[in-house]
Amino acid sequence: MSASTIIFYILATLVVVFGALTVFSRKIFRAAISLLLSLTFVAGLYFLWDVDFIGALQIIIYVGGIIVLIIFSIFLTHHSGQKLPKAKVSKKLLSGTLAVAGLGFTSWVVSQFVFKPAVGVTPVEPNVHNIGLQMLNYSEYGYVFPFEVINILLLAALVGAIVIAIKKSQETEK
Amino acid sequence: MNSYDLSALLIVILPALSFLVLGLFGNRLSNRVSGLIGCASLVTTAILAIYVAAGYFFDFGLVGGVHEKHIALQFQWLKFTENLSIDLGIVLDPISVMMLLVITIVSSMVHIYSLGYMKGEEYFERYYAYLSLFSFSMLGLVIAVNIFQMYIFWELVGVSSFLLIGFYFTKPSAIAAAKKAFIVTRFADLGFLIGILMLSYNTKSLDFFTIIERLTQVGSPYLANFTATSFMGMSALSWALLLVFMGGAGKSAMFPLHIWLPDAMEGPTPVSALIHAATMVVAGVFLVARLFPVFAISAPDALLIIAYIGAFTALFAALIACTQTDIKRVLAYSTISQIAYMMFGLGVAGWGAENSEGFTGSMFHLFTHAFFKALLFLGAGAVIHAVHSNEMKDMGGLRKSLPITHITFLIACLAIAGVPGLSGFFSKEAILAAAFHSHPTIFYVGLFTSGLTAYYMFRLYFRIFWHNPVPEHSHNHEGHTWAMNIPLIILAVGAALAGWIPFGSFVSADGKAMELPFHLTFSIAPVAFGLIGIGIAYLLYAKKNDVPDKIASSINAFYKASYNKFYIDEIYLFITKKVLFNLVGRPAAWFDRTVVNGLFINGSAEATVATSRAIKPMQSGRLQSYTMFFLGGVLLLAALLIIKFM
Amino acid sequence: MEQVPLSHILILSSTLFFLGVYGFFSRRNLITMLMSVELILNSVNINFIAFNKYLFPHQLEGVFFTMFIIVVAAAEVSISIAIIINLYRRFKTIDIEDTTTMKY
Repeated sequence: MSASTIIFYILATLVVVFGALTVFSRKIFRAAISLLLSLTFVAGLYFLWDVDFIGALQIIIYVGGIIVLIIFSIFLTHHSGQKLPKAKVSKKLLSGTLAVAGLGFTSWVVSQFVFKPAVGVTPVEPNVHNIGLQMLNYSEYGYVFPFEVINILLLAALVGAIVIAIKKSQETEK
Repeated sequence: MNSYDLSALLIVILPALSFLVLGLFGNRLSNRVSGLIGCASLVTTAILAIYVAAGYFFDFGLVGGVHEKHIALQFQWLKFTENLSIDLGIVLDPISVMMLLVITIVSSMVHIYSLGYMKGEEYFERYYAYLSLFSFSMLGLVIAVNIFQMYIFWELVGVSSFLLIGFYFTKPSAIAAAKKAFIVTRFADLGFLIGILMLSYNTKSLDFFTIIERLTQVGSPYLANFTATSFMGMSALSWALLLVFMGGAGKSAMFPLHIWLPDAMEGPTPVSALIHAATMVVAGVFLVARLFPVFAISAPDALLIIAYIGAFTALFAALIACTQTDIKRVLAYSTISQIAYMMFGLGVAGWGAENSEGFTGSMFHLFTHAFFKALLFLGAGAVIHAVHSNEMKDMGGLRKSLPITHITFLIACLAIAGVPGLSGFFSKEAILAAAFHSHPTIFYVGLFTSGLTAYYMFRLYFRIFWHNPVPEHSHNHEGHTWAMNIPLIILAVGAALAGWIPFGSFVSADGKAMELPFHLTFSIAPVAFGLIGIGIAYLLYAKKNDVPDKIASSINAFYKASYNKFYIDEIYLFITKKVLFNLVGRPAAWFDRTVVNGLFINGSAEATVATSRAIKPMQSGRLQSYTMFFLGGVLLLAALLIIKFM
Repeated sequence: MEQVPLSHILILSSTLFFLGVYGFFSRRNLITMLMSVELILNSVNINFIAFNKYLFPHQLEGVFFTMFIIVVAAAEVSISIAIIINLYRRFKTIDIEDTTTMKY
């Protein structure tokens, strides 16, 4: 067993453990921190697989952006130290059953299926150079069009977030 | 299209136009203007009708000494198959031209009369609109080329009759009467419609003259087919014709469908004169006359039944008329009796020059009856206008206050009683002579009835104008109602002189001129009966005495039965209310309420409501339960697909 | 180089996925539900990268999809946070059980 394999299993365990903590913790701040750690370890997986660019994105956007945003919103809507209310047992049971059944089914399917890797091909190095070339390529297999669409989506999200969250003057007058 | 055809078309169109104008713009016109529009259109129509009649009888209708039918206008209106289509058109033949004359003259008289009679009534313009509608439909009925055209106008006539009977729609009895008339005649029209369907199915035509041709020619395959099937001893053709006659019996108030006519007297009196005496109620007679060749040649058994129904109704209605106290009801029963005369006149007639004098006599009686009965009704209207009551007990001794009404009424009574020289004598004579030659039983019934007719008419006359002493200070009621007096006078002239027309040379079953036989010796019996009737009426009612009451109490049971119209209405009520209502209506209503309404309609609605209540909680507003359903469904679908295709 | 079997990676990602699903269903707080959604998205990302690396190393499609998913997730979170704040302003709570006014 090589070192990279061992590292994978360690990282995988950590991802799952912190993911579980995110889901089960009754303190919301801890949940957020667990999510942060879990996502960081996912980034670790990416680095392990030599997709450095994606790993970097993961850290910058998720850990640096999304989690911070979530923690901000927790501060806005919660009093500190407050425990989350317990979910109903019936609901827990139901969602647990559904999740376990889904997991079992998926695992069964995955274990049954035989994956056939492409053979005799030259691998492409997923470095920033190659990614950037393909991203802005407008010939075949180029991603310039989705890139533009994503730009517009981000702009729309920006405007939408402001419009939704803004305090309406009429409401304040009330 | 020559000027005669154009006039014939105008005769039908003008009343329709006047109906439209009055019906659409009537409430914006003053009463005076709307009355004048109605009168002008009908008087014009009458003049045109006289023009057409003169032309038909003396000029273009007369081909080689025979009055041929003349199609003035015909176009296809509704085509079912190659052979079967409904045409609209105008046919001129002796009976339709005669009817045009009668309808337009009486109708124009009634229009003029109504100017006086209905003066100041509410809905005056609507009344005139209805009158015009009626005139239009009746004219359309008589000139029909097609049996279905006739049916359409037949129903239109029924509707306008309904509207006019119920003209005083705030009066419950008027509404009930209108409903009764409509329902009874509609019920009869059901038979008519079935008859039409049978006839058209078997002759592959709806055209009157095609039907007549196909059902009267010797060796016609249609006729052979039609008569091949028989039911209860009569051929299918006879049954079809009897069903057609059922429609005619409904409109013409033959027993046992007569019950609506006396009640129809709830309408304004001029309406009774026009619709329920002179024109609409003879539609049934006209219908039988229209199909007369088929009756006479191919189904004499049906004709015989009509003769017996007519004879019975004549006697029956005359008996009731003797005891009624409402003057309009007396006239109504008299009308039934006289129409029954025409019916059995047709019934006793046969085909061929020597046998068809009953046909001519019947048409003749229709013609003369229109004059004197319209006159009687209009006279009664004048009386009612003066005393504001329909009951005999409120009248008596009116001869000084209503002199013109008195004289004209007397002429009409003499005419209907069959006094020689006046119109009724000639036509009744012709019918009775025809009956005497073919069916003596019916002749004797008719003879007795004519005596009764004379009796009850003069009972009416004496009760209105004599009976009580003339009240002192009686003044003339008539001076200011010339609109009412002129029609009375014109009709009185008609009632007196119409009999002198050589009717046989104009109207006969086969179009050939015929001489109505006139035997002085034969006339003795009917005239004697008539005079005896008048005499008895004079003795009993000319002066106030107690003899009538004594007679009434001595034959109490019979008197009561007659007074109550032989309980026919009660029998109908029993059948409809007790039997039909309880045995059919109630179970049907129960079925409708519980099964149709309860189970199907309310049940389905309740099931929907219950189901939606049951599944409403699924729309809980809880995001998580929605997504749970979603994910569960996705997993299930994925599992199904994968298990199926892996 | 000896490699981890692909199925192990997939089981890892599906575990993460159904953890997210469980959290999404059982949590009552909107923000924690949002976190569960992030878990789900990440499990998908892992899948994409793994497939790209193991099965189609000559292409970069998995990488691109992962990038787009990250971007979309960022947009989604910003909008969700805006909605949550608005909701909090109206109901004074972000408990999903108390905000069920959109029902029959």
